[in-house]
Amino acid sequence: MKYWRKPLDEAAAGKSRGEIVVIVDRCKGCGFCIAYCPRGVLRLSSGFNKKGYHPPEVVNAPKCAACHFCEALCPEFAIYVVEPDTKT
Amino acid sequence: MKIRKPSKEPPVHPKDSLLRVERIPHIWCPGCGIGTVFGAVMGAIQKSGCDLDRLAMVSGIGCTGRMAGYIRLDSFHTTHGRAIPFATGLKLARPETKVLVVSGDGDLLAIGGNHFIHAARRNIDLTVICVNNLNYGMTGGQQAPSTPFGARTPTSVAGSPEEPFNFCHLAAACGAVYVARWTALHIRLLTNAITEAMQKRGFSFLEVLTPCPSSFGRRNKMGSALDTLKFYHDRSVIRNGIDPRDALLDYDNQIVVGRFVDIERPTFTDNYEAVNLRHAMPSPEPERPQGRRKP
Ligand code: SF4
Ligand code: SF4
Ligand code: SF4
Repeated sequence: MKYWRKPLDEAAAGKSRGEIVVIVDRCKGCGFCIAYCPRGVLRLSSGFNKKGYHPPEVVNAPKCAACHFCEALCPEFAIYVVEPDTKT
Repeated sequence: MKIRKPSKEPPVHPKDSLLRVERIPHIWCPGCGIGTVFGAVMGAIQKSGCDLDRLAMVSGIGCTGRMAGYIRLDSFHTTHGRAIPFATGLKLARPETKVLVVSGDGDLLAIGGNHFIHAARRNIDLTVICVNNLNYGMTGGQQAPSTPFGARTPTSVAGSPEEPFNFCHLAAACGAVYVARWTALHIRLLTNAITEAMQKRGFSFLEVLTPCPSSFGRRNKMGSALDTLKFYHDRSVIRNGIDPRDALLDYDNQIVVGRFVDIERPTFTDNYEAVNLRHAMPSPEPERPQGRRKP
Protein backbone atom coordinates (compact mmCIF):
# COMPACT_ATOMS: atom_id res chain seq x y z
CA MET A 1 0.00 0.00 0.00
CA LYS A 2 1.26 3.48 -0.90
CA TYR A 3 0.63 6.42 1.39
CA TRP A 4 0.96 10.07 0.51
CA ARG A 5 2.67 10.42 3.85
CA LYS A 6 3.96 7.79 6.21
CA PRO A 7 1.58 7.30 9.15
CA LEU A 8 3.36 7.89 12.46
CA ASP A 9 1.98 4.73 13.99
CA GLU A 10 2.38 2.53 10.95
CA ALA A 11 4.44 -0.10 12.74
CA ALA A 12 2.09 -0.31 15.71
CA ALA A 13 -1.18 -0.14 13.81
CA GLY A 14 -0.35 -2.54 11.03
CA LYS A 15 -2.43 -2.93 7.90
CA SER A 16 -5.56 -4.93 7.61
CA ARG A 17 -5.41 -7.80 5.22
CA GLY A 18 -8.15 -10.06 4.09
CA GLU A 19 -8.45 -13.45 2.54
CA ILE A 20 -11.33 -13.66 0.14
CA VAL A 21 -13.53 -16.73 0.00
CA VAL A 22 -15.93 -17.15 -2.92
CA ILE A 23 -18.66 -19.74 -2.57
CA VAL A 24 -18.61 -20.30 -6.28
CA ASP A 25 -21.89 -22.14 -6.76
CA ARG A 26 -23.96 -19.48 -4.97
CA CYS A 27 -22.80 -16.68 -7.27
CA LYS A 28 -25.10 -15.30 -9.97
CA GLY A 29 -22.45 -13.18 -11.65
CA CYS A 30 -23.99 -9.76 -11.04
CA GLY A 31 -20.59 -8.12 -10.78
CA PHE A 32 -21.44 -5.90 -7.78
CA CYS A 33 -18.43 -7.08 -5.79
CA ILE A 34 -16.10 -6.51 -8.71
CA ALA A 35 -17.32 -3.03 -9.57
CA TYR A 36 -17.46 -1.77 -6.00
CA CYS A 37 -14.28 -3.25 -4.56
CA PRO A 38 -12.37 -0.08 -3.73
CA ARG A 39 -9.02 -1.72 -4.41
CA GLY A 40 -9.65 -3.62 -7.64
CA VAL A 41 -9.00 -7.01 -6.11
CA LEU A 42 -11.57 -8.99 -8.07
CA ARG A 43 -12.40 -9.69 -11.67
CA LEU A 44 -14.98 -11.75 -13.52
CA SER A 45 -13.57 -15.18 -14.25
CA SER A 46 -13.99 -16.82 -17.61
CA GLY A 47 -15.02 -20.11 -16.02
CA PHE A 48 -18.59 -21.14 -15.23
CA ASN A 49 -20.12 -22.32 -12.01
CA LYS A 50 -22.70 -25.08 -11.65
CA LYS A 51 -25.51 -22.75 -12.75
CA GLY A 52 -23.65 -21.26 -15.70
CA TYR A 53 -22.67 -17.92 -14.19
CA HIS A 54 -19.19 -16.41 -14.14
CA PRO A 55 -18.12 -16.05 -10.52
CA PRO A 56 -15.51 -13.47 -9.52
CA GLU A 57 -11.91 -14.46 -9.08
CA VAL A 58 -9.19 -12.88 -7.00
CA VAL A 59 -6.52 -11.20 -9.08
CA ASN A 60 -4.78 -9.01 -6.58
CA ALA A 61 -5.03 -10.73 -3.23
CA PRO A 62 -2.39 -8.70 -1.34
CA LYS A 63 -4.29 -5.47 -2.03
CA CYS A 64 -7.43 -6.56 -0.19
CA ALA A 65 -7.88 -4.26 2.80
CA ALA A 66 -10.56 -6.42 4.44
CA CYS A 67 -13.16 -3.65 4.17
CA HIS A 68 -15.86 -6.34 3.74
CA PHE A 69 -17.74 -4.24 1.22
CA CYS A 70 -17.94 -7.07 -1.31
CA GLU A 71 -19.36 -9.27 1.44
CA ALA A 72 -21.98 -6.67 2.40
CA LEU A 73 -23.07 -5.93 -1.15
CA CYS A 74 -23.30 -9.46 -2.54
CA PRO A 75 -26.99 -10.35 -2.92
CA GLU A 76 -26.22 -14.07 -2.94
CA PHE A 77 -24.07 -14.41 0.21
CA ALA A 78 -21.45 -15.85 -2.12
CA ILE A 79 -18.36 -13.92 -1.09
CA TYR A 80 -16.83 -13.13 2.28
CA VAL A 81 -13.56 -12.06 3.75
CA VAL A 82 -11.68 -13.49 6.70
CA GLU A 83 -9.01 -11.54 8.46
CA PRO A 84 -5.96 -13.59 9.42
CA ASP A 85 -4.89 -13.11 13.04
CA THR A 86 -1.48 -11.73 12.21
CA LYS A 87 -1.49 -8.17 11.00
CA THR A 88 1.58 -7.35 8.98
CA MET B 1 -0.11 -13.40 2.88
CA LYS B 2 -1.16 -16.93 3.63
CA ILE B 3 -3.20 -18.62 0.99
CA ARG B 4 -5.95 -20.58 2.56
CA LYS B 5 -5.60 -24.28 1.86
CA PRO B 6 -8.66 -25.74 0.24
CA SER B 7 -10.38 -27.66 2.98
CA LYS B 8 -12.90 -30.47 2.89
CA GLU B 9 -15.34 -28.40 4.96
CA PRO B 10 -17.68 -26.30 2.83
CA PRO B 11 -17.07 -22.59 3.38
CA VAL B 12 -19.38 -20.93 5.91
CA HIS B 13 -20.47 -17.40 5.18
CA PRO B 14 -20.72 -15.17 8.29
CA LYS B 15 -24.47 -14.74 7.67
CA ASP B 16 -25.14 -18.47 7.29
CA SER B 17 -26.15 -18.73 10.94
CA LEU B 18 -29.26 -16.67 10.14
CA LEU B 19 -29.94 -18.23 6.75
CA ARG B 20 -31.88 -21.35 5.91
CA VAL B 21 -28.90 -22.44 3.83
CA GLU B 22 -30.71 -25.46 2.47
CA ARG B 23 -32.93 -23.04 0.51
CA ILE B 24 -30.03 -21.04 -0.95
CA PRO B 25 -29.57 -20.08 -3.81
CA HIS B 26 -32.72 -18.02 -3.42
CA ILE B 27 -35.22 -17.27 -6.18
CA TRP B 28 -34.30 -13.61 -6.69
CA CYS B 29 -32.99 -12.71 -10.13
CA PRO B 30 -29.27 -12.15 -10.70
CA GLY B 31 -28.48 -8.62 -9.55
CA CYS B 32 -31.76 -8.15 -7.71
CA GLY B 33 -31.20 -5.82 -4.77
CA ILE B 34 -33.46 -7.74 -2.39
CA GLY B 35 -30.61 -10.11 -1.52
CA THR B 36 -28.44 -7.15 -0.53
CA VAL B 37 -31.19 -5.72 1.68
CA PHE B 38 -31.67 -9.16 3.22
CA GLY B 39 -27.95 -9.17 3.99
CA ALA B 40 -28.32 -5.77 5.67
CA VAL B 41 -31.26 -7.02 7.75
CA MET B 42 -29.23 -10.01 8.91
CA GLY B 43 -26.24 -7.78 9.56
CA ALA B 44 -28.38 -5.47 11.69
CA ILE B 45 -29.80 -8.43 13.64
CA GLN B 46 -26.29 -9.72 14.30
CA LYS B 47 -25.07 -6.27 15.28
CA SER B 48 -27.98 -5.56 17.61
CA GLY B 49 -27.23 -8.77 19.49
CA CYS B 50 -30.90 -9.23 20.30
CA ASP B 51 -32.29 -12.52 21.53
CA LEU B 52 -33.19 -14.52 18.44
CA ASP B 53 -35.97 -16.29 20.31
CA ARG B 54 -37.61 -12.93 20.85
CA LEU B 55 -37.45 -11.80 17.25
CA ALA B 56 -39.85 -12.56 14.44
CA MET B 57 -40.07 -11.62 10.80
CA VAL B 58 -43.33 -11.20 8.94
CA SER B 59 -43.67 -10.63 5.22
CA GLY B 60 -46.40 -10.43 2.64
CA ILE B 61 -46.55 -11.60 -0.96
CA GLY B 62 -44.15 -10.66 -3.69
CA CYS B 63 -40.46 -10.95 -4.44
CA THR B 64 -39.48 -9.40 -1.11
CA GLY B 65 -42.10 -11.49 0.63
CA ARG B 66 -39.89 -14.52 0.14
CA MET B 67 -37.45 -13.17 2.69
CA ALA B 68 -39.43 -14.63 5.57
CA GLY B 69 -38.86 -18.06 4.05
CA TYR B 70 -35.10 -17.69 3.97
CA ILE B 71 -34.41 -16.42 7.46
CA ARG B 72 -33.68 -18.82 10.27
CA LEU B 73 -36.00 -17.15 12.76
CA ASP B 74 -39.65 -17.41 13.67
CA SER B 75 -41.15 -16.05 10.51
CA PHE B 76 -44.44 -15.94 8.70
CA HIS B 77 -45.28 -15.39 5.05
CA THR B 78 -48.78 -13.93 5.15
CA THR B 79 -51.37 -13.36 2.45
CA HIS B 80 -51.11 -10.38 0.11
CA GLY B 81 -50.98 -7.06 1.92
CA ARG B 82 -51.61 -8.55 5.35
CA ALA B 83 -48.13 -8.55 6.82
CA ILE B 84 -48.89 -5.59 9.12
CA PRO B 85 -52.16 -6.94 10.58
CA PHE B 86 -50.46 -10.26 11.30
CA ALA B 87 -47.48 -8.48 12.85
CA THR B 88 -49.82 -6.29 14.91
CA GLY B 89 -51.52 -9.34 16.36
CA LEU B 90 -48.18 -10.94 17.08
CA LYS B 91 -46.86 -7.83 18.79
CA LEU B 92 -49.96 -7.39 20.97
CA ALA B 93 -50.03 -11.03 21.99
CA ARG B 94 -46.28 -11.19 22.61
CA PRO B 95 -45.23 -7.66 23.55
CA GLU B 96 -41.73 -8.82 24.48
CA THR B 97 -41.05 -9.93 20.89
CA LYS B 98 -39.43 -7.62 18.39
CA VAL B 99 -41.33 -7.82 15.14
CA LEU B 100 -39.78 -7.01 11.78
CA VAL B 101 -42.05 -6.57 8.80
CA VAL B 102 -40.28 -6.85 5.46
CA SER B 103 -42.19 -6.57 2.24
CA GLY B 104 -42.37 -4.87 -1.11
CA ASP B 105 -43.93 -1.57 -2.07
CA GLY B 106 -46.91 -3.22 -3.74
CA ASP B 107 -47.67 -5.43 -0.78
CA LEU B 108 -47.17 -2.88 2.00
CA LEU B 109 -48.42 0.29 0.42
CA ALA B 110 -50.87 -0.65 -2.31
CA ILE B 111 -52.73 -3.76 -1.23
CA GLY B 112 -51.82 -3.29 2.42
CA GLY B 113 -51.96 0.50 2.33
CA ASN B 114 -54.81 0.83 4.76
CA HIS B 115 -53.14 -1.40 7.31
CA PHE B 116 -49.98 0.62 6.92
CA ILE B 117 -51.55 4.00 7.65
CA HIS B 118 -53.45 2.74 10.68
CA ALA B 119 -50.51 0.88 12.18
CA ALA B 120 -48.49 4.09 11.86
CA ARG B 121 -51.32 6.15 13.34
CA ARG B 122 -51.66 3.79 16.30
CA ASN B 123 -47.89 3.68 16.65
CA ILE B 124 -47.73 -0.09 16.94
CA ASP B 125 -44.21 -1.09 17.91
CA LEU B 126 -43.06 -2.60 14.57
CA THR B 127 -40.04 -2.13 12.34
CA VAL B 128 -41.31 -1.98 8.78
CA ILE B 129 -38.84 -2.30 5.92
CA CYS B 130 -40.24 -1.61 2.47
CA VAL B 131 -38.12 -2.82 -0.42
CA ASN B 132 -39.09 -0.50 -3.25
CA ASN B 133 -38.40 -1.94 -6.69
CA LEU B 134 -40.82 0.51 -8.36
CA ASN B 135 -43.20 -2.14 -9.74
CA TYR B 136 -44.95 -5.45 -9.02
CA GLY B 137 -41.90 -7.57 -9.88
CA MET B 138 -43.19 -11.05 -9.15
CA THR B 139 -46.39 -10.88 -11.17
CA GLY B 140 -44.80 -9.44 -14.29
CA GLY B 141 -43.83 -5.86 -13.57
CA GLN B 142 -47.21 -4.12 -13.44
CA GLN B 143 -47.53 -0.50 -12.41
CA ALA B 144 -47.45 0.07 -8.65
CA PRO B 145 -48.04 3.16 -6.50
CA SER B 146 -44.28 3.64 -6.50
CA THR B 147 -43.84 3.59 -10.30
CA PRO B 148 -42.33 6.93 -11.36
CA PHE B 149 -44.36 9.24 -13.57
CA GLY B 150 -43.82 8.30 -17.20
CA ALA B 151 -42.18 4.91 -16.52
CA ARG B 152 -43.12 1.98 -18.75
CA THR B 153 -44.71 -1.15 -17.33
CA PRO B 154 -46.97 -3.77 -18.94
CA THR B 155 -49.97 -1.87 -17.52
CA SER B 156 -48.70 1.56 -18.57
CA VAL B 157 -47.20 0.90 -21.96
CA ALA B 158 -47.10 4.54 -22.97
CA GLY B 159 -45.65 5.56 -19.62
CA SER B 160 -47.28 5.84 -16.22
CA PRO B 161 -49.80 8.68 -16.11
CA GLU B 162 -49.84 8.73 -12.30
CA GLU B 163 -47.81 10.52 -9.70
CA PRO B 164 -46.23 7.99 -7.34
CA PHE B 165 -46.51 8.05 -3.57
CA ASN B 166 -43.75 9.52 -1.46
CA PHE B 167 -43.77 6.68 1.06
CA CYS B 168 -41.59 8.50 3.57
CA HIS B 169 -43.90 11.50 3.61
CA LEU B 170 -46.90 9.20 3.96
CA ALA B 171 -45.35 7.32 6.90
CA ALA B 172 -44.35 10.54 8.64
CA ALA B 173 -47.77 12.11 8.10
CA CYS B 174 -49.44 9.03 9.60
CA GLY B 175 -47.30 9.26 12.71
CA ALA B 176 -44.29 6.98 12.28
CA VAL B 177 -41.59 7.71 14.86
CA TYR B 178 -38.65 6.80 12.61
CA VAL B 179 -38.55 7.30 8.86
CA ALA B 180 -35.57 6.82 6.59
CA ARG B 181 -34.82 6.06 2.97
CA TRP B 182 -31.70 4.44 1.57
CA THR B 183 -30.76 2.51 -1.53
CA ALA B 184 -29.30 -0.97 -1.78
CA LEU B 185 -25.92 0.63 -2.39
CA HIS B 186 -25.90 2.55 0.92
CA ILE B 187 -25.35 -0.74 2.60
CA ARG B 188 -23.52 0.40 5.74
CA LEU B 189 -25.90 3.30 6.37
CA LEU B 190 -28.81 0.99 5.73
CA THR B 191 -27.52 -1.60 8.21
CA ASN B 192 -27.09 1.12 10.85
CA ALA B 193 -30.54 2.47 10.09
CA ILE B 194 -32.14 -0.96 10.55
CA THR B 195 -30.34 -1.34 13.89
CA GLU B 196 -31.59 2.10 14.95
CA ALA B 197 -35.11 1.35 13.80
CA MET B 198 -35.14 -1.94 15.70
CA GLN B 199 -34.17 -0.14 18.90
CA LYS B 200 -36.89 2.42 18.46
CA ARG B 201 -40.15 2.01 20.38
CA GLY B 202 -43.03 2.52 18.01
CA PHE B 203 -43.70 2.36 14.32
CA SER B 204 -40.44 2.74 12.42
CA PHE B 205 -40.32 2.78 8.65
CA LEU B 206 -37.47 2.28 6.20
CA GLU B 207 -37.76 2.52 2.45
CA VAL B 208 -34.99 0.89 0.42
CA LEU B 209 -34.66 1.49 -3.30
CA THR B 210 -33.38 -1.61 -5.09
CA PRO B 211 -32.56 -2.53 -8.66
CA CYS B 212 -35.08 -4.81 -10.37
CA PRO B 213 -33.17 -5.66 -13.53
CA SER B 214 -35.55 -8.32 -14.86
CA SER B 215 -38.71 -6.32 -14.75
CA PHE B 216 -38.60 -2.59 -14.16
CA GLY B 217 -35.02 -2.12 -15.30
CA ARG B 218 -35.49 -4.04 -18.55
CA ARG B 219 -38.64 -2.17 -19.59
CA ASN B 220 -37.19 1.20 -18.75
CA LYS B 221 -33.85 0.65 -20.43
CA MET B 222 -31.92 0.97 -17.22
CA GLY B 223 -29.33 -1.57 -18.31
CA SER B 224 -27.93 -4.19 -15.96
CA ALA B 225 -28.43 -4.27 -12.22
CA LEU B 226 -24.98 -2.82 -11.88
CA ASP B 227 -26.00 0.12 -14.07
CA THR B 228 -28.96 0.75 -11.75
CA LEU B 229 -26.66 0.71 -8.73
CA LYS B 230 -24.43 3.20 -10.50
CA PHE B 231 -27.51 5.29 -11.31
CA TYR B 232 -28.38 5.37 -7.60
CA HIS B 233 -24.76 6.11 -6.84
CA ASP B 234 -24.76 9.15 -9.14
CA ARG B 235 -28.18 10.52 -8.25
CA SER B 236 -28.44 9.99 -4.49
CA VAL B 237 -28.07 12.96 -2.20
CA ILE B 238 -28.01 12.41 1.56
CA ARG B 239 -30.11 15.00 3.37
CA ASN B 240 -30.66 13.87 6.93
CA GLY B 241 -33.37 15.57 8.95
CA ILE B 242 -35.22 17.32 6.15
CA ASP B 243 -39.00 17.40 6.01
CA PRO B 244 -40.00 14.14 4.26
CA ARG B 245 -42.40 16.22 2.15
CA ASP B 246 -39.29 17.60 0.44
CA ALA B 247 -37.54 14.23 0.18
CA LEU B 248 -38.38 13.79 -3.45
CA LEU B 249 -37.60 10.89 -5.72
CA ASP B 250 -36.88 12.80 -8.88
CA TYR B 251 -35.18 10.21 -11.05
CA ASP B 252 -34.08 12.80 -13.60
CA ASN B 253 -32.23 14.93 -11.10
CA GLN B 254 -31.75 13.67 -7.62
CA ILE B 255 -32.88 10.95 -5.30
CA VAL B 256 -33.05 12.24 -1.75
CA VAL B 257 -32.04 9.68 0.86
CA GLY B 258 -31.37 9.94 4.57
CA ARG B 259 -33.02 9.75 7.95
CA PHE B 260 -35.95 12.12 7.95
CA VAL B 261 -37.85 11.49 11.19
CA ASP B 262 -36.66 10.33 14.60
CA ILE B 263 -39.13 11.30 17.32
CA GLU B 264 -40.71 9.79 20.43
CA ARG B 265 -44.38 9.31 21.10
CA PRO B 266 -46.33 6.80 23.18
CA THR B 267 -46.90 3.47 21.48
CA PHE B 268 -50.24 1.75 21.13
CA THR B 269 -49.42 -0.54 24.05
CA ASP B 270 -48.49 2.41 26.30
CA ASN B 271 -51.74 4.18 25.51
CA TYR B 272 -53.79 1.03 25.83
CA GLU B 273 -52.40 0.33 29.26
CA ALA B 274 -52.80 3.94 30.37
CA VAL B 275 -56.42 4.10 29.27
CA ASN B 276 -57.32 0.81 30.86
CA LEU B 277 -55.59 1.77 34.06
CA ARG B 278 -57.55 5.01 34.16
CA HIS B 279 -60.71 3.09 33.44
CA ALA B 280 -59.99 0.73 36.29
CA MET B 281 -59.00 3.50 38.73
CA PRO B 282 -62.39 4.64 40.23
CA SER B 283 -63.10 1.29 41.81
CA PRO B 284 -59.83 -0.55 42.14
CA GLU B 285 -60.36 -4.21 42.71
CA PRO B 286 -57.43 -5.68 44.61
CA GLU B 287 -57.99 -9.14 43.25
CA ARG B 288 -59.13 -9.51 39.74
CA PRO B 289 -61.70 -12.24 39.32
CA GLN B 290 -60.76 -15.12 37.07
CA GLY B 291 -61.91 -15.00 33.49
CA ARG B 292 -62.96 -11.91 31.60
CA ARG B 293 -63.01 -8.58 33.30
CA LYS B 294 -66.32 -6.71 33.13
CA PRO B 295 -66.05 -3.37 31.39
S1 SF4 C 1 -12.85 -6.82 1.38
FE1 SF4 C 1 -12.83 -4.83 0.34
S2 SF4 C 1 -10.80 -4.71 -0.60
FE2 SF4 C 1 -11.13 -6.87 -0.09
S3 SF4 C 1 -12.00 -7.78 -1.95
FE3 SF4 C 1 -13.73 -7.16 -0.67
S4 SF4 C 1 -14.28 -5.10 -1.36
FE4 SF4 C 1 -12.20 -5.55 -2.15
S1 SF4 D 1 -21.65 -9.83 -5.79
FE1 SF4 D 1 -21.95 -11.99 -5.27
S2 SF4 D 1 -23.32 -12.79 -6.85
FE2 SF4 D 1 -22.50 -10.83 -7.60
S3 SF4 D 1 -20.69 -11.44 -8.81
FE3 SF4 D 1 -19.96 -10.98 -6.74
S4 SF4 D 1 -19.99 -12.97 -5.69
FE4 SF4 D 1 -21.23 -13.21 -7.53
S1 SF4 E 1 -38.53 -9.46 -10.57
FE1 SF4 E 1 -37.29 -7.73 -9.91
S2 SF4 E 1 -37.63 -7.57 -7.68
FE2 SF4 E 1 -38.35 -9.60 -8.34
S3 SF4 E 1 -36.61 -10.98 -7.99
FE3 SF4 E 1 -36.49 -10.28 -10.12
S4 SF4 E 1 -35.19 -8.47 -10.08
FE4 SF4 E 1 -35.83 -8.86 -7.98
